[in-house]
Amino acid sequence: MEEHSYNLFLGCVIPNRLPQIEAATRLVAPKLGIKIEEMKGASCCPAPGVIRSFDNETWLAIVSRNISIAEENGHDMLILCNGCYGTLIAGVHALQDPTTLERVNKLLAGVKRKVKGSVKAKHLTEVLYKDIGMERIEETITRPINARCAIHLGCHLLKPSDIRPWGTVEDFTVVDELVELTGATVVDYKLADMCCGAGGGLRSAELKVSLDMVREKLEAIKQAKADCLVNVCNFCHLQFDIGQVQVNKEFGTDYQIPILYYTQLLGLAQGFTPKQMGLDKHYISVEPFLEKIGMSL
Amino acid sequence: MLDRRIIDGNKFNQKLADEMAEAGYDRIRACIQCGTCTATCPAGRRTAYRTRQLIRKALLGLREEVLSDPTLWLCTTCGTCQERCPRKIEITDAITFLRNLAVEAGYMRPEHRGVSHKFIKTGHAVPIDDEKWSKLRESLGLPPLPPTVHCYPKALREVQKLLKKTGFDKLVEYKGDD
Repeated sequence: MEEHSYNLFLGCVIPNRLPQIEAATRLVAPKLGIKIEEMKGASCCPAPGVIRSFDNETWLAIVSRNISIAEENGHDMLILCNGCYGTLIAGVHALQDPTTLERVNKLLAGVKRKVKGSVKAKHLTEVLYKDIGMERIEETITRPINARCAIHLGCHLLKPSDIRPWGTVEDFTVVDELVELTGATVVDYKLADMCCGAGGGLRSAELKVSLDMVREKLEAIKQAKADCLVNVCNFCHLQFDIGQVQVNKEFGTDYQIPILYYTQLLGLAQGFTPKQMGLDKHYISVEPFLEKIGMSL
Repeated sequence: MLDRRIIDGNKFNQKLADEMAEAGYDRIRACIQCGTCTATCPAGRRTAYRTRQLIRKALLGLREEVLSDPTLWLCTTCGTCQERCPRKIEITDAITFLRNLAVEAGYMRPEHRGVSHKFIKTGHAVPIDDEKWSKLRESLGLPPLPPTVHCYPKALREVQKLLKKTGFDKLVEYKGDD
């Protein structure tokens, strides 16, 4: 079986707040022939909505340092968070400009590092869809999921599109296909493409506006009678899961929509237990979804 | 108060637009004020954030007014306006650039200063700052700390050195542990 090696870029939210996504991904990966290399000593990507909003040059210096860690073994980066993905793909892109590269390397020389911009920043969905391939993934599925899933892509998976590998924003079906591969049915809902509201520094400084956005999406998902929401970005995941608790408190609602990161859904379909996928660590109970597919915690 | 006052034409100048052009956002001058940006903005639909108005003010050179505008911080950077702009203006990136100028001019939210301080102190904007997070990791069969700067003090010092070099610590008024 052919193996694909990647440098796993963890970022902040996954290892430090939602390690269930890290645990699920680390279990699912070997089944697909994905070999994970650790990016030892990597830092915050840094977050595009906050740090890049404050000082672009700082953002560039730190993202370049992270890229230089991946360049030590030359493998492409596998990224699970759309924010980290947005930063790393824009960082690699910026380093293709010789003047920028020279300026950055002058900075990095101070910490005895050098960067080339020679590795690729790949989102989980790109690795799954383009490198591993649908056939290979399908072979690992032993327990098809019979449920109706709403999906949320997250803005920076696709935008800005000029430095993304997809060639489309409006007709993007990759995540739909990946979810349906597990046996699930994807249900459409109003404002499916809308932002979750977490990015841009809103969750930290404008929480109420941020929650009002996810509230609108939660209502639409409820109306569509989805059994759960599947996402491919942990920051969106956090906004939908922890944010859902906050929405209910702030707006007096009672949404109970289970939130799953894609590798958690895939893991269930591969025969892992809900606990192995960390589904007992969620803020909004995943039980109704598990019941629907004939499982329990 | 709604922004319906007459703006004094003597205040107009090209300086801010020049600055934006120099930073790579020269297409801002191609803006035809069609309003597609405002119309597609999910934040603008529920707040006073008006993308078109901010771009217009930037073009008119109302520097102080733009940089001090609190709505500048309501953009989630979703990028929808940028994708749909018929003049292909890098709107979201331009908003981020304006935010850089705003921070430089001293307009920074205390919450954002807090995130920046955590970043300088730990190398993570969202760090493990409580034992419960390490315990959560362990309960999932993961090591208590991830193999990031959290595990490698030398790596953290590298990050901190870079942040000093770019002047980020001064920019966000970081004065050591707080």
